[in-house]
Amino acid sequence: MSRSLLSRWLLLGEWQAHRLQIVVALIAIALGIAMGFSIHLINTAAVNDFSAAAKSLSGQSDFQVRATQPTFDEMLYPLLAQHESVAVASPILEIQAAVPGVPETDKNNTLKILGIDVYHAAAVTPDLVGVPAEGRAFDMLSDDAIFLSPAAMEWLAVKQGDQLSLRLGTQTVALRVAGGLVRAHAGQRIAVMDIGAAQWRFNHVGLLSRIDLKLKQGVNHPSFKAALEEELPVQYLVTETVDQERRIHNMSRAYRINLNVLALVALFTGAFLVFSTQVLSTLRRRPHFALLRVLGLTRNQILLQILREGGLLGMMGSLLGLGLGYVFAATALHVYGGDLGGGFFPEIKPTIQMSPLAALLFFILGVSVTLLGSLLPAWEAAQAHPASALKSGSEEMALAKLRTPWPALICLLLAAVLTHLPPVAELPLFGYFAIALLLIGGIAWMPSLTALFFSGLFRVFNRLTTGALATLALARLANAPQQAAIALGGVLVSFSLMVAMAIMVTSFRISVEDWLTRILPADLYVRTEVRQDALGFTLQEQQEIAATASIERIDFIRSLQLTLDPARPTVTLIARPIDQADPGHTLPMIDNALNPAEIPLEAIPIWVSEAMVDLYDYQVGKRVALPLSEAQQDYIVAGVWRDYGRQYGAIQMQLTDYKKITGERHVNEVALWLQAGVAPEEMIASLKALPFGESLTFWQPNVIRAISLKIFDRSFAITYLLELMAVGVGLLGVAASFSAQALRRVKEFGMLRHIGVTRGQIYRMLALEGGLLAGFGITIGFLLGGSISLILIFIVNPHSFHWTMELHPPWQWLLIMALAMMMAAAVTALLAGRHAVAGNVIRTVKEDW
Amino acid sequence: MMKNTAALELRGISKTYANGRQVLSDLSYALAAGEYVAIMGESGVGKSTLLNLIAGLDIPDTGEIWVDGVVLSAEDDEAATSLRRRDFGFVFQAFHVLPHLTLLQNVALPLLLNHLPFDRAQQMLVAVGLQGREQDFPRQLSGGELQRVAIARALVHRPRLVLADEPTGNLDPDTAQEILQLMRSEIKANGAAGIIVTHSQAAAATADQILLLSKTGLQPVLSHQRV
Ligand SMILES: Nc1ncnc2c1ncn2[C@@H]1O[C@H](COP(=O)(O)OP(=O)(O)OP(=O)(O)O)[C@@H](O)[C@H]1O
Ligand SMILES: [Mg+2]
Repeated sequence: MSRSLLSRWLLLGEWQAHRLQIVVALIAIALGIAMGFSIHLINTAAVNDFSAAAKSLSGQSDFQVRATQPTFDEMLYPLLAQHESVAVASPILEIQAAVPGVPETDKNNTLKILGIDVYHAAAVTPDLVGVPAEGRAFDMLSDDAIFLSPAAMEWLAVKQGDQLSLRLGTQTVALRVAGGLVRAHAGQRIAVMDIGAAQWRFNHVGLLSRIDLKLKQGVNHPSFKAALEEELPVQYLVTETVDQERRIHNMSRAYRINLNVLALVALFTGAFLVFSTQVLSTLRRRPHFALLRVLGLTRNQILLQILREGGLLGMMGSLLGLGLGYVFAATALHVYGGDLGGGFFPEIKPTIQMSPLAALLFFILGVSVTLLGSLLPAWEAAQAHPASALKSGSEEMALAKLRTPWPALICLLLAAVLTHLPPVAELPLFGYFAIALLLIGGIAWMPSLTALFFSGLFRVFNRLTTGALATLALARLANAPQQAAIALGGVLVSFSLMVAMAIMVTSFRISVEDWLTRILPADLYVRTEVRQDALGFTLQEQQEIAATASIERIDFIRSLQLTLDPARPTVTLIARPIDQADPGHTLPMIDNALNPAEIPLEAIPIWVSEAMVDLYDYQVGKRVALPLSEAQQDYIVAGVWRDYGRQYGAIQMQLTDYKKITGERHVNEVALWLQAGVAPEEMIASLKALPFGESLTFWQPNVIRAISLKIFDRSFAITYLLELMAVGVGLLGVAASFSAQALRRVKEFGMLRHIGVTRGQIYRMLALEGGLLAGFGITIGFLLGGSISLILIFIVNPHSFHWTMELHPPWQWLLIMALAMMMAAAVTALLAGRHAVAGNVIRTVKEDW
Repeated sequence: MMKNTAALELRGISKTYANGRQVLSDLSYALAAGEYVAIMGESGVGKSTLLNLIAGLDIPDTGEIWVDGVVLSAEDDEAATSLRRRDFGFVFQAFHVLPHLTLLQNVALPLLLNHLPFDRAQQMLVAVGLQGREQDFPRQLSGGELQRVAIARALVHRPRLVLADEPTGNLDPDTAQEILQLMRSEIKANGAAGIIVTHSQAAAATADQILLLSKTGLQPVLSHQRV
């Protein structure tokens, strides 16, 4: 009991005397935990909700049969329905219809319509059956009836009995809202109608998107799947519900993991701040602990006391952080949606669920990080010889061990080695490790580096001048650099991360801007309202567009989605005229394309995005197969281009080749180059006058560019927020450690005042010290941040998103940031010193405390 | 009372620091229970080193230190610590009180550590003349007052041996004399033995006996030999 009383006395005394440092440590832990926890909450909320929504679409089916292309011939249906192992086969046609009046800038301006056969669907996906009005049961089969989920009704502002116009390609379809659904996932926008009606009204006669299968009892699933895959032609895929989930996971995985890493970085910054606060405070209290040792406290008791204080701090900070994290997550979801602006989870509006297990994990993480930060200095303090630790000035002795640069250099070397390792499970794990090692190595190197630098500077300076104050400032930095270096650690970490992120984001943004300019060379782009999977412009319509006056050049483009691997998101195939002699004319190529002469006659050239190389190993010169036709056809990878638009992969080929292979005539996009002096607006007006002009949407490259960059900036908004917080916490840490040090130097200031140094001179000395120190820290932070940005740009990004970018450091902004940080540090040092010198300094010389 | 049992016995102590500097060599001495001695000697001769060795804060290279019939073992830090906690009291030149604890809390520290009742802390503060200032903090005290706190703390748990290293080095002569008288009377009142290390003749004169530490060992100084 008396031990715990002693422990309480020590803790309360210490915390009351150093409120600022305790508050800073609390904020640091809380912010670190809050960021990690909130991002975790957002990710799980979004992914769980999206999985649940997707699951309700596939219902209780055992397997789904689909094609590599979005639709296939319904002739397959009777084959499966009569299969001896199949209990129920439910045919489904999925259509993404445009909603007139909803701006296309709205990322999900389409409504997903499922055409179902109500009798079969009731057995497989019972939730997806429409609920007609009383006495109108035949609406279920009616050719103009559509059933909407509550979220869809709300979104479209319609109710049962209203009219609803939808558009597909150049066609407008008028429908009647016949009722709701049996059950829809909360927030999911979806519509259901009779499959025959959907095929007919949306011009998809004879086509299906998938067939859901429910097997008879006792059928062995794996062998059924294998047999069916064997039976069906190659362009058909047999998928399970787990494939669907895996696909969703793959889709957003890199993005989620990067966010998580960002959260970990925040946690790391917080942990480091806690660590340095703990180290400095334990050092300051070294003589106190020595005294307690003399009075009879054992090593373990000292160790326990320090750990107890750290643990309590960690618990309080972590609890605070969990609360803050919940608030952050709720706010972010409300403002940005489940993907924080990333665009991965359209159609749903997730809500946060507090998971006690995750909360507990983050709590434990926060407490252990804090304990770890206390452990090292606690260990040192407990091991110290009380006799020598009692003497003043013994702290620097304790820190002398830090002067050895080897552990730091080993960390840095290891980081360099790790950058050469390949990704693990498509994730840049080693890249992240390298970043962590760089940070740790950088921090660990600071003490010896600071000593080296300032003693060198001191020597040079001594020869040059006799300015007393500058000499004093430099002498201190040269001779007691360890504590200074630890104080600086916080700035170093936050500043280098800020530099790294700034360089990475700017490089990315400029690369995207360049790319947008190169990928959109025409003056005007024309599409039918729905881009994906629609049949698009007929041959007749294409001719009518081409016949419009004032057109200099016209390119027709056909794009569609291909499934090459059921566990991955679809790949976009884009067929358009490509300058085969110099594909760089049409596409943003990255070197090593095949010469036209190297392309064999029997193989069709395709140009693939970087993601295709990473995900499907489509190396230049490789022969590959694409599921475009029944007939066997060889394709050869003729070059690689950069694509920031589709991280799951895209393939380009000549439109003439595509037409020849598939026999299709439709295109869904038109690129127009206008004659000199023709304004895009005039062209838009004349195209609108065409018979199908109403259904056209027009895109001017500058608008697309603006929208794309807006989306880009939005998805990085959360990054900026995290960065700002890290810097804020870093500066707070500097303020706390500067003021603690100034207080410890009260006696030194008193002595200086005794011998006739004015207060103003002491202030100037302090500002000089703070400025010099911060300047040095910032320079190192620059180098460290620069190296980290190289890892982000050339390793982490290509490994996670499968695209490369060029380096574009934002020099001006970096310079401004550096100056601002330096000023902030100097002012902080000054303010801290002012506080210390303000009291009756001269008196303090007499005392030993 | 077993007057002839030594409170402290040094047998052939030698100490050489890591930098090769030999400070003490083959030193032997026995201090009787209740005896109060002063140790003098030139600066750097090893007085503080000797006190540290006695307190178990440092380890002799050779020789044995017996406290109360128990040998201080070099390896067993726990044992040395509990011996310090129970049987030793310390007074330092630099006072060494914890700045964030009140005077009463500072004095009560040894009681807490030894699980003894608190009331004696209050009594000791009164005994050293600091009644009414129990809730003050060390920063509100003068040097002499701080040393009174240290003396109260050194004796509050009734140790068998009080070690004082230049306790009046930071004080003016008048205050110093006051403190030394107080220390002597408190040591005697509590029946403890005491070793005071000092440079001052006046300070040394308050002890029962004066010892001179030199290269050749620890020798009693006769009154006419006093420098
Ligand atoms: N930790 C140490 N490492 C190396 N040498 C030391 C150490 N502590 C003390 N010494 C040396 O040992 C010698 C004795 O030191 P000690 O502090 O015991 O002297 P002292 O007699 O107390 O002197 P003073 O009267 O000045 O306090 C000195 O020469 C000192 O330089
Ligand atoms: Mg000494």
